[in-house]
Amino acid sequence: MAIFVDASTRLVVQGLTGSQGRFHGFRNRDSGTRLVAGVTPGKGGMDLDGVPIFDTVSQAVEATGANTSMVLVPPAFAADGILEAADADGINLIVAITEGIPAHDEARVFNYIRQTSRTPLIGPNCPGLISPGKANVGITPHEITLPGSVGVVSRSGTLTYQAVHELTVRGIGQSTCVGIGGDPVPGTSFVDVLERLEQDPETEAIVMIGEIGGSAEEEAALFIRDHVSKPVVGYIAGVTAPPGKKMGHAGAIISGSSGTAAAKQEALRAAGVTVVDDPSGIGEAVGIAIGD
Amino acid sequence: MDLFEYQGKELLAGAGVPTPAGRVATTATEARAAAEVLGTPVVVKAQVQVGGRGKAGGIRLAASPDEAETVAAAIVGMDIKGHTVRTVWVEEASDIAAEYYVSFTLDRSAKKHLAMVSAKGGMDIEAVAADTPEAVVRMHIDPVVGLANWQASELVYRAGFDRDTARQAADVLRRLYEAFVSLDCDLVEVNPLALTGDGMILALDAKVTLDSNAFYRHPEFEAFRAAFTHDPLEEMARQRGLNFIKLDGSVGIIGNGAGLVMSTLDLVSLVGGSAANFLDVGGGAGADTINDALEVLTHDPQVASVLINIFGGITRCDLVAEGIVEALGRLEVPWPIVVRLDGTNATEGRQIIADAASDLVVPAATMRGAAEKAVELAGGR
Repeated sequence: MAIFVDASTRLVVQGLTGSQGRFHGFRNRDSGTRLVAGVTPGKGGMDLDGVPIFDTVSQAVEATGANTSMVLVPPAFAADGILEAADADGINLIVAITEGIPAHDEARVFNYIRQTSRTPLIGPNCPGLISPGKANVGITPHEITLPGSVGVVSRSGTLTYQAVHELTVRGIGQSTCVGIGGDPVPGTSFVDVLERLEQDPETEAIVMIGEIGGSAEEEAALFIRDHVSKPVVGYIAGVTAPPGKKMGHAGAIISGSSGTAAAKQEALRAAGVTVVDDPSGIGEAVGIAIGD
Repeated sequence: MDLFEYQGKELLAGAGVPTPAGRVATTATEARAAAEVLGTPVVVKAQVQVGGRGKAGGIRLAASPDEAETVAAAIVGMDIKGHTVRTVWVEEASDIAAEYYVSFTLDRSAKKHLAMVSAKGGMDIEAVAADTPEAVVRMHIDPVVGLANWQASELVYRAGFDRDTARQAADVLRRLYEAFVSLDCDLVEVNPLALTGDGMILALDAKVTLDSNAFYRHPEFEAFRAAFTHDPLEEMARQRGLNFIKLDGSVGIIGNGAGLVMSTLDLVSLVGGSAANFLDVGGGAGADTINDALEVLTHDPQVASVLINIFGGITRCDLVAEGIVEALGRLEVPWPIVVRLDGTNATEGRQIIADAASDLVVPAATMRGAAEKAVELAGGR
């Protein structure tokens, strides 16, 4: 088992013919993911390195049985691309990697999807997700992962790689690593992922990596307190970030007195999470938690 | 991007929100001329990208052009919470009968737009909400539907606005919301929204934050930047496409990915140092980007050592290493650089660093070890 993506994943990449789409789409295929189609309006009928290209997502689904779509188109077209995938019958997971989508577009897309379908959206502005040894949908370098039983959920990309690396070098494998993204309105929240990891029989322990801004970590802490029985190791980035500055991610900003790292760490500790203050300590903390 | 009040008012006025007439001035003489044109009394208001200017003495009434000149002379150059006032906004004084508060923003938790309205405007809304929560009406708006007429109406009646002008106020709310959405704002806040003695609803202040991700559909917004006082380093970095924020410490930081860089700043602090900056080179940085990043840091006299922390995913460590070596040849690098490389092509990258055999470059095996070394080399500063 794993969550969201596994050996049954049949991937269509929206924007496969672009430079980013091509690079990451084929990297996903090289790491064992079944890449079945690409979509670029106007390029339908083309064959790209053995992968058929379609004009629309629904055509790709009808012809290839694709069930997961990865959106890798520029920000001006990404919101539309997500809506197209959400409306395509057969797509049951959308992963939006694109960074820089306007916040109002994201808010509209999030609410529209929630009202019209049950398709989960991961991202935007995220590294995607990987179930090591089964499927990789996104930009995570699969070489740093190891199949195993620790679930990872994070708002960051490279910081997730750092955490996964710490686990892998200790021989601790991962079930699924999900990057939910650094934007203010992520399609999938910490709570959504925690709920699935709690239910996933293969996952024994959870690593959660948050950062300043918003209150998603506090909401996750309440969920963990009430609904998560598996050990959780947490880390929050941005302890020294100054208020009012966007620290790279659109969502990483301390507004007034809310969204601070200290408040998030406190909330997680109160929920029984082992909070480390140095990402290098994540591997060791997980090792202790699972009795390794 | 936080706008000055006068820039925000210009946008809101364009969206049909009533605002008082006013003029921009950068000197006392210009303020006097503005007062003469507008007719007195006027209000002279400091333009800064920070709240609390009224309490700091940055908003003053002037009864005559002479007084406008005197008042402006006192305000221009004033320091408000670390922001130096370069510009004032000279505006017709209004006859205020009531002061309201209105804001539209995104509620990240509910993932919907949030309207906040109060009849107790003109003061710090966080304090009003803390002392008298019932005085602030909050309502969520579905971004797919937008602000419905009944919602605008309910907001003004529930908040207890003047009944005779309630319909007019509801219309202003709809225009403010329309501006919030169509101009891609993260925040539109009007405090106070005034009811004047002659029954007009007027936006006397405007706090507008624009979403820079949406600038591709509002290219004209880039021009607002020209009015701001830029940190020269931040401007240099922005022109090179680097995500950079100046901080107060002595360890220069370069990394890839916002989370990893934030984490690096924290780790430097944890081991007893302090970071001079946040600098994210983004995904897929090549040698040129690393060279640019190092060049920006050479212009910061506070930097005593530099820590480069890369976890390669799309970014290739060999290209990063090449960038470092090139920069050493091209730039006058005055400080040691501690380099930690992991992920894609890390072995090749470490080899390039080793082959360069520069006294200035110190390789580190782990993120924590790198932070400790960089802090030590900065002399514990």
